[in-house]
Amino acid sequence: MTRPKTIIEKIWEKHVVHQEEGKPDLLYIDLHLVHEVTSPQAFEGLRMHGRKVRRPDRTFATMDHNVPTKDTHIINDFISKTQMDTLQKNCEEFGIPLADIHHPDQGIVHVIGPDLGLTQPGKTIVCGDSHTSTHGAFGALAFGIGTSEVEHVLATQTLWQSKPKTLNVKVNGALGLGVTAKDLILAIIAKFGVRFGTGYVIEYTGQAIRDLSMEGRMTVCNMSIEAGARAGLISPDETTFAYLKGRRFVPEGEAYEQVVEEWKALATDEGAVYDATVEINADEIEPQVSWGTNPSMVIPINGVIPNPKDAKTAHAKEEMERALDYMGLEANQSITDVTIEHVFIGSCTNSRLSDLRKAADIIRGKKVRVGVKAIVVPGSFSVKAQAEAEGLDTVFKEAGFEWRNSGCSACLGMNDDIIPPGERCASTSNRNFEGRQGTGARTHLVSPEMAAAAALEGRFVDVRKYAEPVMN
Amino acid sequence: MEPIRVHEGFVYPLNRVNVDTDQIIPKQFLKRIERQGFGEFLFFNWRFDENGNIKEDFTLNQPKYKEASILVAGENFGCGSSREHAPWALQDFGFKVIIAPSFADIFYNNCFKNGILPVVLKEEEVNQLITKAEEDKYTIAVNLEDQVVTDSKNFVANFEISSYQKEMLLNGWDEIAVTLNLESKIEQFELKN
Repeated sequence: MTRPKTIIEKIWEKHVVHQEEGKPDLLYIDLHLVHEVTSPQAFEGLRMHGRKVRRPDRTFATMDHNVPTKDTHIINDFISKTQMDTLQKNCEEFGIPLADIHHPDQGIVHVIGPDLGLTQPGKTIVCGDSHTSTHGAFGALAFGIGTSEVEHVLATQTLWQSKPKTLNVKVNGALGLGVTAKDLILAIIAKFGVRFGTGYVIEYTGQAIRDLSMEGRMTVCNMSIEAGARAGLISPDETTFAYLKGRRFVPEGEAYEQVVEEWKALATDEGAVYDATVEINADEIEPQVSWGTNPSMVIPINGVIPNPKDAKTAHAKEEMERALDYMGLEANQSITDVTIEHVFIGSCTNSRLSDLRKAADIIRGKKVRVGVKAIVVPGSFSVKAQAEAEGLDTVFKEAGFEWRNSGCSACLGMNDDIIPPGERCASTSNRNFEGRQGTGARTHLVSPEMAAAAALEGRFVDVRKYAEPVMN
Repeated sequence: MEPIRVHEGFVYPLNRVNVDTDQIIPKQFLKRIERQGFGEFLFFNWRFDENGNIKEDFTLNQPKYKEASILVAGENFGCGSSREHAPWALQDFGFKVIIAPSFADIFYNNCFKNGILPVVLKEEEVNQLITKAEEDKYTIAVNLEDQVVTDSKNFVANFEISSYQKEMLLNGWDEIAVTLNLESKIEQFELKN
């Protein structure tokens, strides 16, 4: 019998094009997702050298980072418009399929890939975006790359990659009522830090992971990069296959049955050995809120903001002091005493239909607190349409939320959706870095349910106090 | 890409950990379609206030670091977004070598594609460099061929680097051209799969 293997090793071995002593492996890339911000210089590089795109059929482009979400037809920012026009021209010139801002497939690149069924187990997937790890939820090896690597993949459909170490993040037990996938990944990063995944590909295992929906798994894998890991994945199972069945790019009928058999064989073998393993108990996790300026600066909703005096190193102390100063918070303050001016429900972490449904369940029939500006930005045109078919737009609008068109929006504020200096936002996005949502903006990362509850009360509250908390 | 063999230059000490690429170059400057011209936006929110005035207390604004070409920082430098605009901005500003106890993976890779040398030294060695550069104008030499960092006195620190990445920088190779030499293998792979 052959040695038991992890899914990471299995995918790797199937994609090695060339191996040579003293070099990384040349790895084949099955799917290359492209967006407007990290691609123009790559296409320009191809032109300069007279090179072609090797596999336009394995490449798919959309516009998401820059797009306006209020009125898609009005792009006030000339430079943003140039960047979008450039992608349009590049896709035409090189024959790449593009879902532009008027196309029904448009959306955040990490929302539409899975939605269309482009994302599948066992694939190698790259994109010039660090949250490409999202696609790992399907048992794909998916990671973010820089623009030079984008150019390399366009030209060769391959990348030189050193075989990563494997890290098992085992989540035991079950998440409590009202505790979500977002709380889980925030708690993992809070516990192990922003560097523990560096140099590794994470596989998330354990009962709490098996119990997650595909949307929940995407939320978890999405934030692998915030733990330093370029990729995070989950072995595919019945939940994965059921999600993919019937999607546009997934084989149908007998071909589907056949591909499912191949997918089943990908799952990590019993007894496979990882380079490292960490464990966390899901039952102990409460709804989480970030207080600082990196995604490990996170506390449970009933916790207090930590004191720099308790920091273990001088660097950590200095980092905490700067974070408190930037965030306008004080040590030992209860997070439930912190008031907010903005709520953002959206981003590649939490803008899928189920996220919107759960947020809507919290706010249905209630009102956003006076003085709070709350927006919902669905992850894709299609998510928006489905939500509207269910009447979720009405629920949000009646509560006082703005209902927008899809895009990356206030996760990084490359369009007009910017949080003003000194103002505070409960955000379902993935990064609370200084200036991320706008110069001087103060970001608190939370789940969609927690963001919805914060919108109603104008401060952070334990969403579990709301009747009938939803199961994830 | 310009090859790097030995680089000698002034050190700029950035005594912070977890410096993310959103700080290195904020999102409002990612809309350009060129590779050049990002230097003026480097560490923008740290160098300038909301009205665009220079923040005197941010050390990179001090005259003694004006000609610095080696940035020395705390661990996990370059974490977060994959934006290659970060190394473009550092390079355009004049930095050729970045030294830290650890780097984020994507940033580390991006450096090599642009002829910037990222050097991993031990934390105590990095702290020594930072202390000396905070005290006075401080010159060090980074020798890629011998994988060693030295100053004019007695600082000597060796560093590790993969032979592939070292060769790329020493020769200034175009990686795509290297890969395209293997095009027949890529074709074979595609036929089999």
